[in-house]
Amino acid sequence: MTDITLASATPEKAPNVVFNALRRNRLSWIGIGLLLLIVLAAAFAPMIAPYDPLKQNILHRLSAPSAQFWLGTDSFGRDVLSRLLYGARISLAIGFLSVMIAMAVGSALGIVAGYIGGLFDQIVMGFVDVMLSFPTLLLGLMVAAMLGASFENLIIAIAITETAPFARVARGPTIAIKRRDFIDAAKSLGFTPVRIMGVHILPNILSDIVVVASLWMASAIRTEASLAFIGLGVAPPAATWGGMIREGFENILSAWWLVVFPSVAILLTVLALNLLGDALRDAIDPKTRNER
Amino acid sequence: MKQMTDQIHGDDASRSAILSIRNLTTSFRAGDRWTTVVRNISFDVAPKETVAIVGESGSGKSVTSLSIMRLLSKASSRIEGQVLLSGKDLLRLPEEEMRQVRGNDISMIFQEPMTSLNPILPVGKQIAEALTVHQNISAEDAKRKVLSLLDKVRIPNAKGRFDEYPHQFSGGMRQRVMIAMALASKPKLLIADEPTTALDVTIQGQILDLIKELQNEEGMSVLFITHDMGVVAEIADRTIVMYRGDQVETGQTEEIFHRGKHPYTRALLSAVPKLGAMGGSQLPMRFPIVDPESGEVKPQIEVRDTVAKDKAPIVEVKDLIARFAVRSGIFGRTTAAVHAVEKVSFNLYEGETLSLVGESGCGKSTTGRSITRLTDPKSGRITVDGYDMMKLDRRALRKVRQSIQIIFQDPYASLNPRMNIGSALMEPFIQHGLGRKAQARDKAASILEKVGLSAEMMNRYPHEFSGGQRQRVAIARALMLDPKVIVADEAVSALDVSVKAQVCNLLLDLQQSFNLAFLFISHDMAVVERVSHRVAVMYLGEIVEIGPRAGVFGNPQHAYTRKLMSAVPVPDPARRLIKRNSQIDEIKSPVRSIDYVPPQRKYVEVSPGHIVRAD
Amino acid sequence: MTSYVVRRLLLAIPTLLAMLTVVFILVRLVPGDAAVAMLGDRASAEALAALRAQLGLDQPLPVQYLRFMSDMVTGNFGLSAVSGRAVLSEVAVVLPYTLELTAAAMIIGIAFGIPLGIVAAIRRNKWPDYASRLLSLVGLSFPGFVSAILMLLAFAVWLQWFPVMSRPTANPIDHLRSLALPALNLGLIMTAYIARVTRSSMLDVMGEDFIRTARAKGVKTRSIIIRHALGNALIPIVTVVGLNFGTMIGNSVLVEIVFTRPGLGKLILGALQSRDYTMLQGLMVVFATFVVLVNIVTDVIYAAVDPRVSYAK
Repeated sequence: MTDITLASATPEKAPNVVFNALRRNRLSWIGIGLLLLIVLAAAFAPMIAPYDPLKQNILHRLSAPSAQFWLGTDSFGRDVLSRLLYGARISLAIGFLSVMIAMAVGSALGIVAGYIGGLFDQIVMGFVDVMLSFPTLLLGLMVAAMLGASFENLIIAIAITETAPFARVARGPTIAIKRRDFIDAAKSLGFTPVRIMGVHILPNILSDIVVVASLWMASAIRTEASLAFIGLGVAPPAATWGGMIREGFENILSAWWLVVFPSVAILLTVLALNLLGDALRDAIDPKTRNER
Repeated sequence: MKQMTDQIHGDDASRSAILSIRNLTTSFRAGDRWTTVVRNISFDVAPKETVAIVGESGSGKSVTSLSIMRLLSKASSRIEGQVLLSGKDLLRLPEEEMRQVRGNDISMIFQEPMTSLNPILPVGKQIAEALTVHQNISAEDAKRKVLSLLDKVRIPNAKGRFDEYPHQFSGGMRQRVMIAMALASKPKLLIADEPTTALDVTIQGQILDLIKELQNEEGMSVLFITHDMGVVAEIADRTIVMYRGDQVETGQTEEIFHRGKHPYTRALLSAVPKLGAMGGSQLPMRFPIVDPESGEVKPQIEVRDTVAKDKAPIVEVKDLIARFAVRSGIFGRTTAAVHAVEKVSFNLYEGETLSLVGESGCGKSTTGRSITRLTDPKSGRITVDGYDMMKLDRRALRKVRQSIQIIFQDPYASLNPRMNIGSALMEPFIQHGLGRKAQARDKAASILEKVGLSAEMMNRYPHEFSGGQRQRVAIARALMLDPKVIVADEAVSALDVSVKAQVCNLLLDLQQSFNLAFLFISHDMAVVERVSHRVAVMYLGEIVEIGPRAGVFGNPQHAYTRKLMSAVPVPDPARRLIKRNSQIDEIKSPVRSIDYVPPQRKYVEVSPGHIVRAD
Repeated sequence: MTSYVVRRLLLAIPTLLAMLTVVFILVRLVPGDAAVAMLGDRASAEALAALRAQLGLDQPLPVQYLRFMSDMVTGNFGLSAVSGRAVLSEVAVVLPYTLELTAAAMIIGIAFGIPLGIVAAIRRNKWPDYASRLLSLVGLSFPGFVSAILMLLAFAVWLQWFPVMSRPTANPIDHLRSLALPALNLGLIMTAYIARVTRSSMLDVMGEDFIRTARAKGVKTRSIIIRHALGNALIPIVTVVGLNFGTMIGNSVLVEIVFTRPGLGKLILGALQSRDYTMLQGLMVVFATFVVLVNIVTDVIYAAVDPRVSYAK
């Protein structure tokens, strides 16, 4: 019964409350800033890259970072910096597209299963549990190995690994919201189940899903890099961060820059997405909202 | 000046007051802003005295008690003033010394017994902890003391229950455990923060009696926080009324009730229904509305009879049965069933309010939900506005929804937080194809006015409204389809006292305007007495007594009805010393084994329309 | 409690069967002829036919499925196309190394992660909290192989404190030395993870009503944290850690590859490079079975610790 706050500042997730909380969180600034930088670098890669990422320059192969090649060259004499910039495009594209697909399919499954309940829910969740019992990397590895590693197939492979988690993430809040009175009100007002799921449930769990999307995009990029490292990335000579590390691994004793710079690139991208996802989660949860 | 001092101190012998609060002011920080929630509170609590702090949401009463115990977060709160415990200022004590005061000199019990105990520790250990933290005592001695405490709070079979976990206790029993913990170190003062608000009426009565008895036995003072004026009248020697953080009135309880001076006090008292005050009148009565700032009493309009007794009833229910399966065991087989509603029959006439009243598990909510087919009953005949509810297909069911609507208990959960209220109101109109968007908007606007809000609010979102306003929006939404029957499922139970009165008046107004029939589901006997034409009392899924309100309340026949009525705290201080002498029992739940055959029931008509189950 | 365990084990059976079905489908995803994919374009017709017969690819799909299921359930995971030996025996040889690595990482993770998380929760919004949160986040952001490579560079190549290639030997000190870097690497990721989960779980519990009751009783802060909060916080921690066992396995595979340690990771790499689908299929089943087992153990621990489950009314 004790209502300490005024009627206007309630536990509801009003859009500007979240926005303000996000603005206050210092770490979220770093995350957003980093992400923006990386996205812009990837978008404008053709314009900023000093060299053609595929151009081989045998004379200068395996040269350390210098004024001519800021981040050094690899065993074919290709400029590491340019390859990094073009690699960003592939990693970000795969990460983004795979998560979008997984989010759409997984969330829909989760919402429907959570709302309908009963046997349908049990079967769908049983299937989701089975998918979740495959380690993410290994599942992606298997699909990529079977289908053959290409840009499109990698998106499919990673999307497959992330669909089940999204279903799980969408189902929980759906069940919690299903119990709230306004869903009962919608039913007693005679609305169809499709309308209830789309208009009454989905908008209220969207924030939960978006938080997870950000974190899973980080995971997608990690998976893509790992797969490339194992040899299941987009085929060479295309530049991918994981592939660059793979090639660099053979020369690790003599050319440290081949391994370090792509590692840093992956780390910063994944870190930025994780920071963003964390900040979103803290901003949305009323308990952590006022943290700095 | 002397009057002020008397009010604060109570009586002359209070120089030895246990607790002296002076100018207590508490503020909270949200982001960068500080908001003052409790402003300049001053009062005393004498030895063996019970002082009640009464107020509605936002009054600051709970914050006051938390400030005294210094249980607020240091990072986001600021407490100023003086809190003198037998002369020692608690606000100036270092944390370690304050810790020794807590649970020792002052103890506190809270509102939610369900979540106030550690779920993974046995109950005996948790009570023992209250002892071992403050004294050097061996485990066996502690256990012995705990057992005697459990006896003292009248928990049966104390020895057997020592090792049990909190989830194995019912709500009332858990509250007794909390009281045992609080009494362990024989505190001078017990602070009780809404301890009975979450409990059923009969259990509440038992706990209140327990507190009164223990206070006498232990010789301690009690500071009782509540919103319920009935509880205040029953338990408090002196009362403090709080409103929006201010201390509005202080004095002897009788003075407050009969000669309250502040407009807010009078507004609060006028909003409280007194059980038995309806006299012989047959019709429901509006609550008198007093303006809390000016004290002005708004004129009351008589309620005219809206009941269409000559027409066929708008709702007919015959032998309604609703059961839920209980599954357990390895394969999840059905091992038992909850007989939520067992052969319930009643009629509801156009323009009439029939109340279903009872405690948790009696089946009143399930009955309401079954009638609207939100829950599917097992069997029975339900006729609404001529439609046989059990035989409808999906499309026909959608259409019937235009005749019967339901409003729910929790104003914070009954509106979609992501939809502005204009859209929420227009949605049912549009979805049922009753007209175009412009027409929907016009109707929404006019209905908003009818429920006491304004059409300009249509663009706002639910979180911008208070609890009472949200409930009005929910009522408006239900009215958009021009229903003939509205099921109000504890629709006013979660509202503040004054808001509750206003919303009840609104329901009566709407009944006058639209000849609505209400199925009013509630556990609050006093409110029910006020708003109903007829009343049905439910227990364990069955109706034990049904009849005109005056008959059931004035001449209750069934033993359960009488038990229920005697448990309700009446806001009349003269009744303070009357003991209930109620037995310690639990609320029974209607879980039965699969092969249970419900007994055949006989009903007796005591007077025209007044029917009682013969046991 | 025993009925709970029995029920849980019985529930695992359909999960395992479904998992096997999914593996079956995955392996059949190969576009084109699996035998050609495995042996290459220039293999002879007889070799192709022989392989097809051995794998049962010439049979109709439902027959293949039944044969696959009955093989799997009886422990016949087939023969590795590379070595010709039974898949399960190849797995059995390297399994102890992977288990050793995983166990070491788990121990490190719990030993460091839980105290870190508790400190972060208690000193909320002060510098130990920020430091812990940032470090956790950074630790989590590394893909397993990236941190492994960087560690390899730093400690093995540049500082030369540890061997570059991890070879388990009979000598326990050398054995530990070669276990150290991979275990530390994996362990730090675990620590980051467990610290985060512990922090948020502790914060959730500290906000509960019964903590307020304990404070009102006058219980000391340290007692509140250890006796009241931690016990309740461990329940979700156990659940979450168990749920992420799968990610852990993925990382351990990568770490084994980077540090050239014998283990399941090496087997996978070999199977990928030589298109040994039988081996891949078998490894998938082994990993997934492990995860299912870990989930069962997690659920049972949860039930044992939470009296609401073990003493249901």
